[in-house]
Amino acid sequence: MFGLDKKDFRLLLLVAVLVVLAPFLLNPFPEGSAMAQFNAGYPDLMQRFVIFGIFAIGFNILFGLTGYLSFGHAAFLGVGSYAAIWMMKLLTMNVIPAIFVSVIVAGIFSLAVGWISLRRSGIYFSILTLAFAQMSYSLAYSVLTPITGGETGLQPKVTDPRILDGTLANGATPKANLFGLEMGSSFEWSVGGWLFTFNAGYYVAAIVMLVAFYMSIRIFRSPFGMMLRAVKSNQQRLNYTGLNAKPYTLAAFVISGMYAGLAGGLMVAMDTQVGAERMFWTASGEVVLMSILGGVGTLIGPVLGAGAIKYMENILSKINKEILHQWFAFMPDGIEDILVSLVYPFIGKGWHLTLGIIFMLVVIFLPGGLVEGGQRVARLFKRKKPAEDGPDGKTTPAE
Amino acid sequence: MEAIILQILNGLDKGSAYALIALGLTLIFGTLGVVNFAHGALFMIGAFCAVTLSRILTLSHTVVDDTQTDFLGNPLKVDVPYVMDWFGETTGAAIIDWAVPLSILFAIPVMIAIGVIMERGLIKHFYKRPHADQILVTFGLAIVLQEIIKYYYGANPIPTPAPAAFKGSFDFGAMLGFDPNIIIYPYWRIIYFAFAAVIIGAVFAFLQFTTFGMVVRAGMADRETVQLLGINIDRRFTLMFGIAAAVAGLAGVMYTPINSPNYHMGMDFLVLSFVVVVVGGMGSLPGAVAAGFLLGILESFASMREVLAVLPGLNQIIIYLVAIIILLTRPRGLMGRKGVMEE
Repeated sequence: MFGLDKKDFRLLLLVAVLVVLAPFLLNPFPEGSAMAQFNAGYPDLMQRFVIFGIFAIGFNILFGLTGYLSFGHAAFLGVGSYAAIWMMKLLTMNVIPAIFVSVIVAGIFSLAVGWISLRRSGIYFSILTLAFAQMSYSLAYSVLTPITGGETGLQPKVTDPRILDGTLANGATPKANLFGLEMGSSFEWSVGGWLFTFNAGYYVAAIVMLVAFYMSIRIFRSPFGMMLRAVKSNQQRLNYTGLNAKPYTLAAFVISGMYAGLAGGLMVAMDTQVGAERMFWTASGEVVLMSILGGVGTLIGPVLGAGAIKYMENILSKINKEILHQWFAFMPDGIEDILVSLVYPFIGKGWHLTLGIIFMLVVIFLPGGLVEGGQRVARLFKRKKPAEDGPDGKTTPAE
Repeated sequence: MEAIILQILNGLDKGSAYALIALGLTLIFGTLGVVNFAHGALFMIGAFCAVTLSRILTLSHTVVDDTQTDFLGNPLKVDVPYVMDWFGETTGAAIIDWAVPLSILFAIPVMIAIGVIMERGLIKHFYKRPHADQILVTFGLAIVLQEIIKYYYGANPIPTPAPAAFKGSFDFGAMLGFDPNIIIYPYWRIIYFAFAAVIIGAVFAFLQFTTFGMVVRAGMADRETVQLLGINIDRRFTLMFGIAAAVAGLAGVMYTPINSPNYHMGMDFLVLSFVVVVVGGMGSLPGAVAAGFLLGILESFASMREVLAVLPGLNQIIIYLVAIIILLTRPRGLMGRKGVMEE
């Protein structure tokens, strides 16, 4: 269906179901229970899951398929964000034009950057993209302050023109909406001890993310995706066959830049403010971490990686010493203190340490990321089964 | 004329730091062929060696001083560092005052040890993997090292002053015969430059005039042949990694009085140093040094008021701009060798 084969359609369906049911799935623990801090089902975090999922899916189209490691993708996200906020300031608070313009502007910008950067490959390409991103960041902070707001950033103001919107009622603040449906509005449903929040903004972002995911599947399975993979496996050989790789890599670069712009536009739609810090090179590093952690070159990997990192950032970092003491309270006092002091460096403010260690372990032992890990575990179980069924387990066909 | 000299001087200290870090990066790349994103973290660890040593030196115990009283009239309690007990008051105070230069001695063995452990423990397993994997694993390592330092030393910059003798500035212009009070230059920065020059000279001399250095250079040129001659080149390369780490560390130690060290200083320098290495040409040691000073000085020229009036914001982007132009016009960088990472 939708031009996908059975396996891909099942994957898309699975992702769709997970995304739609996320407010339930991410809130498995009742309100007020000791485990409630592991609940991730609040709108702000769920929005981040899907938005960074889009960002990582786009990055994966470039890095996963062509092997070009860009260290400057946050610049496109930032440019998209600025474009979106200007649409909201000048045109309307409706998110549709903001998102469209952010994609287009990011696409044009990535076309310019990609056209220059793709003249080189390998580490030079990484440095070039990094240089462009850092330049945009520095300029956004200094010279371009009239456009970007500099350090204070931008947010919609009551006095902005907004030519399509009517004048605001007295005392009302401009809020992002989709034809009147406010992004911040949510419906809460309380069952037993559980409180589920269904946020309008989240579902808008989720639908966009599903579309983005579907497009990425199509790109992966298309002849175009095949060409990109050929670039990754052996560009020289591709050149010898008389094909110019540049249009393909440039197209991949622009597509992934547009994905980043889309993510930036959605970010503004959810939370109507922009600052230059989201263009800093560590933000570009983060999307690299996401893709690698999840599994680069796989369909679902980047989304998983984005989810894992954002979950750690928001949940792990909230745990403090008191909570740890509660957990280990059943232990004798001495052991409790030792355990707490052992675990403490890895959580709370130190969650970056955990992230760094997990990332290193993944790169060293599991180059395919979480997806490869899952496949290995699955294979482990698969191998056992035939051995139980028949006397000769070795004759099972290769997977 | 005065303005030009002043800008060149201003560029020297940053340029020295860039040159030292880029030199270490290039040493590692030239010998082991590894792109080390954790090099900035080594710079940062070097800076924290200085912090650690000055903390060790000021370890103290409390003594009741009967000659003085505090505001309640009780005898004043004074913290007396152990070094003052051991070496007497004046010598002890001098040792504490000179903590940063003394850290050089402390940092060299520490950094070489860290470098060797890093190479043997982690990097060794990545020689056969693609450059992207090397970048990623060292990037992860940089995050880990940075977070460990943050855990132990906190997130705030820790001021680490230079010895009292080198505080303040001197009138460099008057020495050259210009009018006084035009070119004022801090003592420590000129020391930093001299120190960087000595280190760079020492590394080059080591490679050029010792047998060990000769073998290493041969290994850089053709690793396989050197191995076929029955030389254990891996062991020498491991030591070179240690030396490269020490060079970065020393750059960090001496940089502490200029900028108070904090846990992310390494990352800030790393990005620029990579640009420096690429501009200089991957694998070219003189290229790295030259590009380091060149970009440092260009950066300070770009922040002149006259330049900023014409091209606002140029000081923020000049390094990246130069890098982009060089990469696109000279694929090998300024002094890169033919065939080394040209793609």
